[in-house]
Amino acid sequence: MTLAAHPHAVRPLRKRIADASEPYLYSAPALILIIAVMLVPLVLGISYAFRDIQLLNPLSGGFIGLDHFRALSEDQAFFRALRNTLWWTGASVFLQFLFGLILALLLDKPFAGRGLAQALVFLPWAVPSFLAGLNWAWLFNPVIGPLPHWMHALGILDAPNNILSDPHLAMWGPIVANVWWGIPFFAITLLAALQAIPRDLYEAASIDGAGPVQRFLSITLPFLAPTIAITILLRTVWISNFADLIVVMTNGGPADRTQIVASYIFTQAFRRLDFGYASAIALVLLVLLLAYSMLIVLLRQTLLNKG
Amino acid sequence: MRSKPFLTVAHRLAILAYIVVALFPLFWLLKVSVTPNDLLYSEGVRMWPSRATFEHYTFVIAHSAFPTFFKNSLIVAGSTAVAVTILASLAGYALSRFRFRAKYWIVALMLITQMFPLVMLVAPIFKMLSPLGLTNSLTGLIIVYTAFNVPFATFLMQSFFDGIPKDLEEAAMIDGATQFVAFRQIILPLTLPGIAATLGFVFTAAWSELLFALMLISGNDAATFPVGLLTFVSKFSVDFGQMMAAGILALIPACLFFLLIQRYLVQGLTAGAVKG
Repeated sequence: MTLAAHPHAVRPLRKRIADASEPYLYSAPALILIIAVMLVPLVLGISYAFRDIQLLNPLSGGFIGLDHFRALSEDQAFFRALRNTLWWTGASVFLQFLFGLILALLLDKPFAGRGLAQALVFLPWAVPSFLAGLNWAWLFNPVIGPLPHWMHALGILDAPNNILSDPHLAMWGPIVANVWWGIPFFAITLLAALQAIPRDLYEAASIDGAGPVQRFLSITLPFLAPTIAITILLRTVWISNFADLIVVMTNGGPADRTQIVASYIFTQAFRRLDFGYASAIALVLLVLLLAYSMLIVLLRQTLLNKG
Repeated sequence: MRSKPFLTVAHRLAILAYIVVALFPLFWLLKVSVTPNDLLYSEGVRMWPSRATFEHYTFVIAHSAFPTFFKNSLIVAGSTAVAVTILASLAGYALSRFRFRAKYWIVALMLITQMFPLVMLVAPIFKMLSPLGLTNSLTGLIIVYTAFNVPFATFLMQSFFDGIPKDLEEAAMIDGATQFVAFRQIILPLTLPGIAATLGFVFTAAWSELLFALMLISGNDAATFPVGLLTFVSKFSVDFGQMMAAGILALIPACLFFLLIQRYLVQGLTAGAVKG
């Protein structure tokens, strides 16, 4: 009777084990690789933050407790990099999101040649980031690029100089390059979300007499909100970790004005080969990003619960 | 309800503005790459040089190490794309079709990996790979890139699998096929657009990666395009024409791949990611 009540219990043990392990077999190769190449190095990296690790010094490697963090708390360059990171990330994410949302809304309307237009405006994302950096560095260079001359003609610049060598303006160079490069990411994800909104909702709303602005506020935005939250979260984390453009365009200069935490870590690790200190900075960055992510996830949860 | 002509014109103009902004930097790259050296400065701001030349391209292809860089990048990006797509198809299928205890943890692990500052992994990975002889080797780069790209690719593949009805493989399994056979012979062929999107996405990502390539590779023999182009900047007194010609060459494979797949990328994200 018990057997009849639990029909799966009569299946042979071997078959049951095989069934239960099947999903694990599918995901094992990916998992093993992620653990070996990402998780183990992360744990090692965290341990480096408490050790004296210098690549060229064979005597290094001992545990030094919190020494790196003590040094870090007095490191003015680090705090400057932290402020620069806020500015770099905030401006880049905001502008990418704004222009990406507008582009997604424009592309959501059917029109002749939409496929081609979409392929062309998404193209910057395919440009390798180092090349995007070099390309924009060239565009800002008055010797071979038109931008300084145009900005001079428009009265934005007093003289056609390279803004990348002007300490007060230099950060705008990588930000502009980053916005150009990152708009497609927002546009692609937001466009995908837009196309998933049931069309009859809009029809029903216009029959009820809702204008375009009202339809946008009461249908589009609420539907997009979860996607917006998750893409902004991902992009913020990626961009604050994203040193390529800055390393290529300004290398942190002039006078450290464009040094962000990620490029500062890179400098510590590769120019000075001080892996211990670099890991300590990276750990601080990781903790800050985790705190930020948790905040956004909580916010999203409360918003979803309310809706 | 027809929209007003004024709005239509504004809409087309806005699209046009986006296209111009997106393409202008690439156009400028092309323009400088065909400008002869003697006109580079005198016609610096002209939209097109009075005389165009391919001499920079022939120099880069015949007299520099760029063909090697090109070959290395092709090997690394191609192998990474294939490896990631295979691993991500398997893992994405598991996440899409099975309910199992560790699923939640696997998803959490993959999400968290998106949050790491990758710079933090630079030092440990270097120390781990160097005794294995995998620094300064293309194999090492392929392994590292594959691991970095698997999480996002898995989510992408999962969303494509989610878009395919379950009945298909259930019917095959009633006919006696095992789930793996059903997966390989019925589901995979249906996900070809998804596979194309994943391949293209990963290829472009691996083609452009700079930091780890800089760190793991020191010689010219195993250098990929980004590293090669950067050393070019520092080694020669800046020859803009040649650098931009090399840049255009570096751009071609990534853009080709991307043009082919961008449509599927939007489709795939529409199919699944939004539901989650």
